[in-house]
Amino acid sequence: MQEITTTRHNHLIDPTLHVWGWEIPIYLFLGGMVAGMMLISGYFLFKGRHKETNCSCYYLPYMSMVLLSLGMLALFLDLEHKLYVWRLYTTFQITSAMSWGSWILVLVYPILMINILLRPPKILEDKLPIIIEWKNKLHANPIWIKNIGVISMFFGAGIGLYTGVLLSSLGARPLWSSSILWLLFLVSGLSGAAAFVHVIAKNVYERELLAKADNAFLIIELFVIALFIIGLKTATQVQSNAADMLLNGEFASSFWVFVIGIGIVIPLIIQLLAVNHKIHHTPIAPLMVILGGLILRFIIVAAGQYSHWFALN
Amino acid sequence: MARYGMVIDTKKCVGCQDCVIACEAENNVPEGFCRDWITTESSGKFPTIEMEIRTERCNHCTDAPCVSCCPTGASHYHDVGGVVLVTHGECIGCKACIASCPYDARYVHPEGYVDKCTFCIHRVENGKDPACVSVCPTHCMYFGDLDDPSSKVSQLLKSRKNHSLIPEAGTKPNIYYLT
Repeated sequence: MQEITTTRHNHLIDPTLHVWGWEIPIYLFLGGMVAGMMLISGYFLFKGRHKETNCSCYYLPYMSMVLLSLGMLALFLDLEHKLYVWRLYTTFQITSAMSWGSWILVLVYPILMINILLRPPKILEDKLPIIIEWKNKLHANPIWIKNIGVISMFFGAGIGLYTGVLLSSLGARPLWSSSILWLLFLVSGLSGAAAFVHVIAKNVYERELLAKADNAFLIIELFVIALFIIGLKTATQVQSNAADMLLNGEFASSFWVFVIGIGIVIPLIIQLLAVNHKIHHTPIAPLMVILGGLILRFIIVAAGQYSHWFALN
Repeated sequence: MARYGMVIDTKKCVGCQDCVIACEAENNVPEGFCRDWITTESSGKFPTIEMEIRTERCNHCTDAPCVSCCPTGASHYHDVGGVVLVTHGECIGCKACIASCPYDARYVHPEGYVDKCTFCIHRVENGKDPACVSVCPTHCMYFGDLDDPSSKVSQLLKSRKNHSLIPEAGTKPNIYYLT
């Protein structure tokens, strides 16, 4: 028998840690979606698909900017000392994943702006004629567009992996103590973004391509989740306990039903049938993928805080 | 440089919570929160049951994850004794430090910044012991420089069996418990 009692009673710390509520999972989810969108849009630019007038690379940067701003708003809402938020940008802390992330996020905005220059909004062109000049210059130099695609992919991957590294750098939480979490969040972001673009894409080729790509991302995500769990199960006792929370513990039902079932397996089956022309494409499957990605973040953030070391003699 | 730490004799600690009250009074800890607390650990099988009562707080780790994860540098090592402190005016309240602490020793102060034990550095710099140490009725707490071999804390660690909390987390805690 081993029993620990404590007189500590700090709000949000006891009986179990819960300092991060809905804001952080939302931020991580939107960050992942933006990462995926930048990777997809960057890939299309790299492949020269901007020549197609209805290429999604023309509207994805707008959506990325909106989603990223919403994500940053969620992050801001999470801060307890909001008036001091500017302190993030008076320093760079090399060992802090959050410091890296805040600077990467700032760098992403100008990159999205440059993407938008490929087809700026009409109102901007009317007000600032120089924008048209820049746009024409870009279109006259396909190699520049290719490079913009590469930079977009690079920073997209940066955001995607950062959302995972942010958690896995906090070693006090056994569930997050995994060097593969960044890959899980990156692939999940990619699958969510591919699902989203599949639903909204105007270009038939892109719609088909992203449905196929999404299937690949979902299969990879399943493998990564399996590796994530195996990694934890074969590590220390506290990490094994943390994996058990997902497998058959406190978070098991939501993990199996929403993340694995509704988020990956069922949409994968539907989309595999659709790309093989057995059934028609349906927006239900991609929406399930997006929902699964969102719930994955909620579960990982909540369960990670729940997992802890034991201060035993 | 000095490395301040504490040694707590669990054979003497009775869990009276004087240290908790002293800390709350000395540091104006807001109602409902605490910077230090009492933990009681019972183990074994009846009738051979053992109990350890100990007073816990921030371990002022030498490799503090709360310092390395802080995005603004608000969490830092103080020049004197390597004590881990939070500069309130630099803290944005992101709570990464709270999530990174294996001891759950930090909390969000109602004013928004993250708060924790300071080893009463304002007293220590004036030659006094931390408030919790100074009021302990059983004299079970000792404060001093762990890097000074002649200090009382170093002598106690040499002469008595001791342990720290969660050393496997790799943060090099600076509070030791005599058993």
